[in-house]
Order: sequence, then C-alpha cells, then structure tokens
Amino acid sequence: MRDSWRKFVNVTMLSVTGLCTLLAASILFFILGYLAWKGGSLISWDFLTKLPKPVGETGGGMANAILGSAKLLLLASLVGVPIGFLGGLYLAEFGGKTFSFMVRYATDLLNGVPSIVMGVFAYTLIVLPMKHFSTFAGGIALGVMMIPIAVRSSEEFLRTVPKSLRDASLALGASKWKTIAFVVIPAALPGIMTGIMLDLARVAGETAPLLFTAFGNQFWSPGWMQPTASLPQMIFRYAISAYDDWHQQAWAAGLVLLMLVLATNIVARWVLRKRMRLMRA
Amino acid sequence: MKSQVRTQNLTRWAALAALAVLVGGAAVWAQGNVQLTGAGATFPNPVYTKWFDAYHQSNPGVQINYQSQGSGAGIRQVTEGTVDFGASDGPMTDEQQKAYRDKNGHDILHFPTVLGADVPTYNIPGVTAELNFTPQALAGIFLGKITRWNDPAIKSANPNVNLPANEIVVVHRSDGSGTTYIWTDYLSKVSDEWRTKVGKGTSVNWPVGLGGKGNEGVSGLVKQTPNAVGYVELIYAVQNKMSYGKVQNAAGKFIAASLKTVTSAAAGAAKAMPEDFRVSITNAPGPDAYPISSFTWLLVPSRISNPQKKKALVDFLNWMVGPGQKLAEPLEYAALPKEVVAMEKKAFSKIQ
Amino acid sequence: MSTHPITQKRAPGPGRARVFLRRLREGDQVAHLVTFIFASAILLLSVLLFYELYRNSHLSRERYGWQFFYMSTWDPVFENFGALPFVYGTLVTSALALLLAVPGGVGAAIFLAELAPRRVSDVMTFLIELLAAVPSVVYGLLGIFILVPLLRTQVQPLLKEHLGFLPFFQGPIYGVGLLAAGALLAIMVVPFIISISREVLLAVPQRQREAALALGATRWEMTMKVVLPYAKKGIFGSIFLALARALGETMAVTMVIGNTPQINASLFAPGYSVAAVIANEFTEATSDLYISALIELGLVLFLLTILVNAVARLLILATGQGEARA
Repeated sequence: MRDSWRKFVNVTMLSVTGLCTLLAASILFFILGYLAWKGGSLISWDFLTKLPKPVGETGGGMANAILGSAKLLLLASLVGVPIGFLGGLYLAEFGGKTFSFMVRYATDLLNGVPSIVMGVFAYTLIVLPMKHFSTFAGGIALGVMMIPIAVRSSEEFLRTVPKSLRDASLALGASKWKTIAFVVIPAALPGIMTGIMLDLARVAGETAPLLFTAFGNQFWSPGWMQPTASLPQMIFRYAISAYDDWHQQAWAAGLVLLMLVLATNIVARWVLRKRMRLMRA
Repeated sequence: MKSQVRTQNLTRWAALAALAVLVGGAAVWAQGNVQLTGAGATFPNPVYTKWFDAYHQSNPGVQINYQSQGSGAGIRQVTEGTVDFGASDGPMTDEQQKAYRDKNGHDILHFPTVLGADVPTYNIPGVTAELNFTPQALAGIFLGKITRWNDPAIKSANPNVNLPANEIVVVHRSDGSGTTYIWTDYLSKVSDEWRTKVGKGTSVNWPVGLGGKGNEGVSGLVKQTPNAVGYVELIYAVQNKMSYGKVQNAAGKFIAASLKTVTSAAAGAAKAMPEDFRVSITNAPGPDAYPISSFTWLLVPSRISNPQKKKALVDFLNWMVGPGQKLAEPLEYAALPKEVVAMEKKAFSKIQ
Repeated sequence: MSTHPITQKRAPGPGRARVFLRRLREGDQVAHLVTFIFASAILLLSVLLFYELYRNSHLSRERYGWQFFYMSTWDPVFENFGALPFVYGTLVTSALALLLAVPGGVGAAIFLAELAPRRVSDVMTFLIELLAAVPSVVYGLLGIFILVPLLRTQVQPLLKEHLGFLPFFQGPIYGVGLLAAGALLAIMVVPFIISISREVLLAVPQRQREAALALGATRWEMTMKVVLPYAKKGIFGSIFLALARALGETMAVTMVIGNTPQINASLFAPGYSVAAVIANEFTEATSDLYISALIELGLVLFLLTILVNAVARLLILATGQGEARA
C-alpha cells in the first residue's frame, strides 16, 4: 500500500518536472513566434533603410537605429575587448597572488553593476564634462559592461590550454611571451572569440545605459560625438507610446534585434560546446 | 591548423565589418551638417518633430535632433549645457533661471512656439459620449476623493450619460513634465485643497494614480486600461482616437479644446505679454476660452559660442514664427497671436 | 653575467634601475607590464565607479543620513526624498520573481539532470539558455502587450475572486503593478536557475544516487532526499544569482510596474523599483538634491547587488560539500 503511494508520487512529480522543462523550453519559441507574427509583416527594405517619420505619421523605418547600434557595439568592443582580454591574460599567465585577487574582485564588482547605474556613471564621467550626449559616451558605457565577461572567458580559455603545449614551446627555446603570443593565445582564441561574441550580443540588447548617454536621434548620427538612436532605445520609446503604427514598428525592431542576438548566441554556443567536448575528451 | 585558418578568417571578417561601419559613420559625417540637439517637452512633440523634419527638407545642411523626454529634462539638460536648446510647457521658475545663470554665466531665454491644450482623456467601457468636467470634479478625481465614475460630482454635469459605478483609474506622468505643470497649475487655481496639498510643478507628489512616461506613455496607459482617466495634450487624444471631455471654464461654460477655444484663451494674454514671455493662461477669462490652455516655449541660451549653431538656431526661430506656424494648425496646435510674433522677432536679437 | 631573469644577480642601489630598464627590453617583462596595466585599469574603473557614485550623492547623504531608508515620501516639489517605496518595490518584485521561478526552475533542472536522456537534456538546456540572451526591452514589450492584459482580464480577477481575503489580492485591478513586474522578472530569471542548478545536480557523484537506489528509494525520493541536499549550496547559489539579476533589472520592470512610488500590501497595486525610478527621472531631476537622491539610490542598488553576487559566488563554489539526509 505504502509502496504504491510512493510509486504514484514518483511518477507524478517526475512528470511535473518534465512539464516545467517543456514550459521553459517553449517560452523561447513563443517569444520568437509572437514577435514574428506581430512585427514580421513590417520588415521590409523600407524599414531597414528609411529614417523614422515625425510623430503621428505612418511609415518610416529604423535605419538610423540599426547603424547606431552597430557603431555603439564597435566602440564598446574597442574598449571592452582589449581591457578584458589583456586583463584576463594577466590573470592567467602573470598574476601575482594578492594583485590577482584584487583584480578578480574588481571584475566581480563591475559585473554586478546594474545597467542603469552604469548609465549614471557614464553620464557623470563623460556626458557632463563634455557637455554633450554622444555615441562615444554610450559606447564607453557598453564597453565597461563588456569587461567582466571578456576577462572571465579569456582567463578560462587561456587556462584550458594544456601545460604540455606550453612546455613544448619553452623546451624549444621560446621565451615566455613568445610562447603566449604564438602558442597559447592561438590555441585559446576560438573559445575567447566566441565568449566575446556572446558578450557583444548581451550588450547589444542593453537600453538602460544608453538612456543618458547616446540619448537618441531621429536623423543619421554623423561621426562619434553626436547623440544617436539605437535599436533597444527605439523599441522602448515606440512600445510605451499610444500609436498603433509605432507599436508595430517596435515589434519589428524587437524581431530584428532578437534575431541578431539569437543568431550570434546559437553560433557562439554551438562552437563552444564542440570545443568543450573536445577539451573534456 | 584548421582552427588557425578559421581564426584568420574570422579576424578578416571582423576587420572588414569594422571598416565598413567606420566608413559609414564617417561618410555620414562628411556631409558638413550643422547638428543641433534639443530636449524637452512631449506636449508639442508632434509639431516639433514635424517642424524639424520639414526644416531639414528645406535646409538639408541643418539637422535638429529633438528628443522628447519631458519638460523637466529640457530644463535640466539645457542648464547642464548638454543640449543646445530645451523645450518646456512650464516656464522656468525664478530659482531655475538663477541656477542657469549661476552655472552658465548668461541668461536663458523663453520663446513661445505654439499654443496647446491639456485635455482630460478617458477610457470608460460603454461610454462614448463627450463628458463634461467641472473644476471640482477634476480636482476631486486627481486628489483621489472621487473614486467612481458615477459619483454625483461627475453625474451632475452629465445627466444624459449612463456612467457605470466602476472605480476610476487615474493616470498621470511619471516623468518631469510641462504637461503636468499646466494641469497642476490649473488645478491649483481652481482648488484650494490641491494648491496646498499638492501644488504645481513639473513633477509632483501625486495622491493617486499610475505613472506613464511622456504624453505617449499616458495616452498608451489610458488607452489600454479600462476606466482610466489621464491628462494629455490635445493632439495625442485626437491621433489615438481617444475620448476627451469638455471642461468648465471661468465663465461657467463647458468648453471643448480646439484651435478656436485655445486661441481665445490666449487673446487676453497676448496684449499683456511680459517681456520674458513667461505667462500662464490657464483658467483664462472669456466665454469661449478653454481653461487648460498654455503656451509652450523653447528655452534658448542668450549666448551661443558656436557661430554656425547660433545662425542655424536663429534662422530656425525666424522660420518657426513664419512658415512654421502654418504647419501647427493641422496638428491641432493654435498659432501664436500676431502681437506675440512681433514681440518675439524683436527678441531674437537677444541671442548673442 | 647571464641575462636570464632567474640567474641574474640583483645589483644593489643605482644599479637596480639599470637592471629594470634592461629587463624591459626583454619581451617577457614588456608583456607582463602591458597586461599589468590593463588589469589595473579594471581595478581603477571599479574604484572610480564607486567614487563617482559616492561623491555625487553627498548632498542627499548629508541631508538625510539613515533616514533616507525609512522615509516613504518622494516629493520633488517640496524636496522630500525617501527611498523606502523603491526599496520596497525592488524587494517585493524580486521576491515574487523568485517565488514563481524557483519551484519551476529547480523542477526543470531536476528533469534535465536526472531524467532526460543526455541528448534531449543538452538540446533543451541550449534552448533555455538562449532565453537568457533575449534583450530586456523585448521582455518589456511582451510584458506590456501580452502579460499585462492577461493579468488584468483573466488572472487578477480570478485571484481576487478566490483569494481576495488575503491582503495581497485586494484593491483595484490595473494589470500593471507589482504582480506584473514580479511575473515578468520570474520568466527572465528562470533560465539562470535552470542552467546553474542543472550543472550543480550533474556534479553530484553518481555513487550517492546508486546508494540511495540500492536502499530501495524511488527516483523521486532519491532526488529529494539525497541529490538535492547534496547540491543544496549550489542551487542556493543559482537563486542568489537570479536575485541579483532581478534586483538590477530596469527596462522590463519600468514598462509594467506602474511607476508609482507607494507602499501597498496588495500585489495588484502599482509600485516602483530603484532601477525604474532612476531610469525615469534621472535626465530631468531639476535640482541638485533631486539628482543626488537618485544617485544615492543607485549606490544603494549597487551595494545590494554586490552583496548578493558575493553570496552567490561563495555558495556555488562551495558545492560538493553537501550531505544526504537519511
């Protein structure tokens, strides 16, 4: 009697967990499907190449937001990648004990900064002294957000390079830095690059840091020192408005952003998984 | 070996992409544009974006980037100097003007652009009629004292409307707003309790209600929430096909906001316009005046160091009081009275 | 004298500088120096961040002191700023998010770690991890147009009808509010809980499971009484990580929380979170005290997320030291 109860509980609870999993996995498809349904029809050559129309007029596109996001990400990687990669390199190859601890702690700190606080930081540090909202300020904010993950993934992948490889290089007479530059880094590079791609995909969707830095622009933003529109910011503005046309544009932009982010993630993670399996083997 | 080749390819693609973006960014730059940045009121955003778009069409060398973030942001950002001009429907207070002077060493100038109106917009299931609101009803609703749509204070002014007993959902602005300033300025004039308890300002401590961001956010919330009432600039209610009510003016008549009634509210003020253009026309006298009308202003520094920007801005301002005014009417904003335009044109010379 | 760093003797006094310069010419020291500089840049950035936040909030810190944390008025007109409504909103929505996400998340992790065949588990985990990559605004978009109407028309009336005696489910129904924000946050943090918990569960030694099964336990009993307690610390770690994410979330929350600084026991009521108020009011805080108060809120949030992240890290690292309950 007791046994059949236990069996019943067993089967029920295990099915419940299966249900939870199914639910969680299906959310992604639901999101994609809904975005495609709502915004898919609007994605056209016009949408991708035209500028937004004045408030209340239909039509127009988000070309400036797409370019703006691209420029912001470029700037962000110019900041985040060198600092993150070289910082991670230091931790993996050169680190002294206490200093490494401090750097790791600082990295953790930066990782925990809420994105809105990062925006406040960039505003007080860059926008105010420059008296100017700019792509530059937005890029810096996003770049600083990229650093912690770049550090972590660089360090991790550098460490996975087998000691035997390093020893072989040193035995052949190469100095330490040559070993690092020509043996260790190339071996770890695919992993590091995919980590950085994931990092980029993450900051591509960030809106909060851009609110007080890149500011927004309904025209093309020339150069790097002017305010610029960006995809997440446009989505936010259009979504909370009352215009149905703008809502549709928000869905379409959301779809574009999501597809770019997911595509990057799928490629990066798939590559990473293969490498991880190779490492574990 | 294979990973090395793949890395090389990846690097090549990345470099190409970076180059493309750099070139693209630079190319747009090379047009030799004058870029002006402005921030502020959402109240006139429909007409401003129309203006800046139209002005850019006729003057391709000038791009005026205006971001509607609320009048509070306009005042703050122009004071900090992070934008070239601000926009607000609540004129800057004496303290704010002093703060500007202290921070920047010169004055800030107000230039009226158009006239608009705050309307009470609502979304009551089953009610499509145009409701009449008395000042007491509006104050009571926004103070949280009148909680149901069929309250006597509302019913008495609308005897022929079947108002449900539903609870009223108040919607107000969550950001610093000139539209809020106009609304609370009006309520402070018609309700002692409001004046002492809440006061007027671009951001107040609301007794009740949900917060929406910008005129867009408030109209969005009202549109999506049954039994909601909020205050928005007239064009937002019109463009989104939302119901808005008539308000009882100082002369006792229930008036709907329109070009005619807003212009009527400004008539008295036009003749007695102060030099700095800061004037409130809420609860204006006159039988046809719409009581919640207001000017809206561009906030322009009295000294602009960059000569290109100065020329571009002054040229725009001259265009604004001329051809620009014609674009305002189709968007339900009233044009400036002739006397005001004349005064403004003279005042443009104050910009050094 | 050899030039190898190890065998080179240290010259005393002024010779040291010459030695350092000579070492600089060698690539190793250059590499060390360069990477050291970049690593210190990270350190400097974090110090700078903290310093900027601290410095720019001094007006409000001096004015209010500790009062800031238990005053509940937020009045820009009369310049009265209290943090309590925002801290309340942040904590309530995060707690609600965890309440909704943890059972489902841990349950899914159990399924993926214990039951599903490896291939299926990998594929499903992959899909779930992709959810973590969805941008916050997109979640906000779905929140406004799907979740809020759903809550307003179906869920909240149901809750009010059947559970309306509880103070949590009373008051007018708007759709937006604390419940909407909490539910949206739950969806956003569930991938983290699932992903990390699954890793932690997979790391439990097979012997523990075999021991339980050998003693006649069902799979479920084995999971509950042996595997979970063993992995307890790591799972708590994942929960804290999810909490840290929920605390700092800005965009999705500000789109559905109602943006009203008030404290209300009911989950139907609109509220405000620290991140949301900074996002909404920062560019327009018209007085220095106002901005300083907002920055102080930012500082508080920052410290809170640091604390939670630190706890999470400790817990996740300490896995593998759990015990089974008999």
